[in-house]
Amino acid sequence: MKAVCWMGTHDIAVENVPDPTILNPRDAIVRITSTAICGSDLHLYNGYMPTMEQGDIIGHEFMGEVVEVGSKVDRDKLKVGDRVVVPFTIACGNCFFCQRQLWSLCDNTNPNAWLAEKMVGYTPSGLFGYTHMMGGYAGGQAQYARVPCADVGPLKIPAGIPDEKVLFLSDIFPTGYMGAVNCDIQRGDTIAIWGCGPVAQFAIRSAFMLGAERVIAIDCVPERLELAQKGGAETINFKEVDSIIDVLRDMTGNRGPDACMDAVGLEATGHSLFFLIDRAKQALKINMDRPEVLRQCVLACRKGGTVSIPGVYASFADNIPIGALMNKALNIKTGQTHMMRYMRPLLERIERGEIDPSFVISHHVPIDRAPDMYRIFRDKLDHCTKVVIDPWATAA
Amino acid sequence: MPSESAVPVPTNHNSISGKIPKLAMLAGGSALAAYGIARRSKTGIGLAAVGSLMAVEGTRMGAARPYNARSSFAINCASGDAYRYWRKLENLPSFMAHLSSVRMIDDRRSEWTVMGPLGAKVRWTAEIVDEQPDELIAWRSAPGALFDFSGWVEFRPGTGQRGTVVTASMSYSMPGGALGKTIASIFGKHPEFLLREDLRKFKALMEAGEVPTTAGQTHGQRSKLMSAFHAARSKQQKTVHYPRTESPLAESRAL
Repeated sequence: MKAVCWMGTHDIAVENVPDPTILNPRDAIVRITSTAICGSDLHLYNGYMPTMEQGDIIGHEFMGEVVEVGSKVDRDKLKVGDRVVVPFTIACGNCFFCQRQLWSLCDNTNPNAWLAEKMVGYTPSGLFGYTHMMGGYAGGQAQYARVPCADVGPLKIPAGIPDEKVLFLSDIFPTGYMGAVNCDIQRGDTIAIWGCGPVAQFAIRSAFMLGAERVIAIDCVPERLELAQKGGAETINFKEVDSIIDVLRDMTGNRGPDACMDAVGLEATGHSLFFLIDRAKQALKINMDRPEVLRQCVLACRKGGTVSIPGVYASFADNIPIGALMNKALNIKTGQTHMMRYMRPLLERIERGEIDPSFVISHHVPIDRAPDMYRIFRDKLDHCTKVVIDPWATAA
Repeated sequence: MPSESAVPVPTNHNSISGKIPKLAMLAGGSALAAYGIARRSKTGIGLAAVGSLMAVEGTRMGAARPYNARSSFAINCASGDAYRYWRKLENLPSFMAHLSSVRMIDDRRSEWTVMGPLGAKVRWTAEIVDEQPDELIAWRSAPGALFDFSGWVEFRPGTGQRGTVVTASMSYSMPGGALGKTIASIFGKHPEFLLREDLRKFKALMEAGEVPTTAGQTHGQRSKLMSAFHAARSKQQKTVHYPRTESPLAESRAL
């Protein structure tokens, strides 16, 4: 089959590889009909995620048809022929964490748990196509994928809904939604969201669904700010203002946003002294994270407010304003998305016509164009906001 | 915790590792290091590093030492389920990496086969020296066995009815003594690490009904260095054959 492989920093290739096979009794094989490039895949592309290996198949947003199931897959839950969206986190369904709905913290799905323990203390769940530390599972930017614990994660999709409306249930819609849930929104709240990428676009719409009165979105890419406005957000182009924190203060009557969301993560840009230090450390490979947005979130948030972090971080971050965090009594909420909490309710919202997630798509491409699209998406060229890949189409 | 008499620390260091492996490690390691340096390539650097490690380890080698390891995992199942799965000793190879098989001789005695260094099979008889249903199993190698081995596992209810805390301890001297340890340590597998990973697999079997794996999955072209590494590792890995009729998961679900 064809698969998108990480061959090194800034080196993505479509390779012909053997088809996946069932390895464990609860596995299924899915024939992929649609898959997408996620903003977090760009961290792999740019080489900021430790424990990648040449030849890794990447991609964690995919859906398709079940073509094979293992001997222990509960047939009432999943069978050959089912059309499914596959969540990017893999969960066993029976451990302490799964039973508390903390699906992305599953104890039993990372074969390299010891490696994650060395880096972060205890291992989160395995993820598709996202470093060996997170399990080293082959990803879904391919024609087929092996899905472990297949009777827990995959969500069945009724016929009649096109792929592009439900594909983002695999990650970015639930991730944006959980980012908003983590803001602990009360009626009348003002939520500030850093970043207007695809996750943030869903976070903006989710914040309104959850009762926010105002959403203020911050970015510097005109078409993304425009998309945020279409979602009902007020926008700030951070390149056009001196201090984001001052602007937010003015916009909120000297109180500050009730919650601040970092939907950017470890590749933030800025122009503070701390940012320059981050850059230098990254260049020397001392540190992988540039937490510039997180710093701004902590400083801008109102007293007693909440900082929600759906953006991805990898290692250790310096110069976090811990004094502001403590003295303003802020709450921090974060984590990989607990997918199975949100997929079904969000599918119901899509079925009721409350939201059509396909609004974020800017590009549909055949799989052979994936390597190009990584660069285009990273550099935000060609008004690129979200790339959907058809793994079976051939390049024109 | 079991009484001290149940868990003797082995003192009989039956040693195949005399002077020959020591000299072999020194000479082989030095030769490999020299060859690696002479190659002046990335692979060469790797070979040189491994060679130097071997040579240094060679100078340190002495008689076989006993190894003690202990580890503990909280498992989301009833203590009786965990106890029964473990007590059926034929199940042990499904989560103990180096065990290739266990055959029951009678209710207390069993024959254990392990994969030693370089694929050599070592076989010995073990006997259960203490057991308390749902709480404790202790075993050790039968008198006269070439291989000194003892261990115990304890099943204790977690706080607030949160499953079972399983604590295991093993003491043994590896065949080949320090040589065995050196080979294992090249891959970062010290006895503590091995036991910990074995218990982690036990937990996965009890909770998820399977051990997570990516061994044998598809991928694109690997670099030459990593291909060699994976080839070496896959020789050590074995396929888990899941019990067909007695799924630990099905048992724990039934309760």
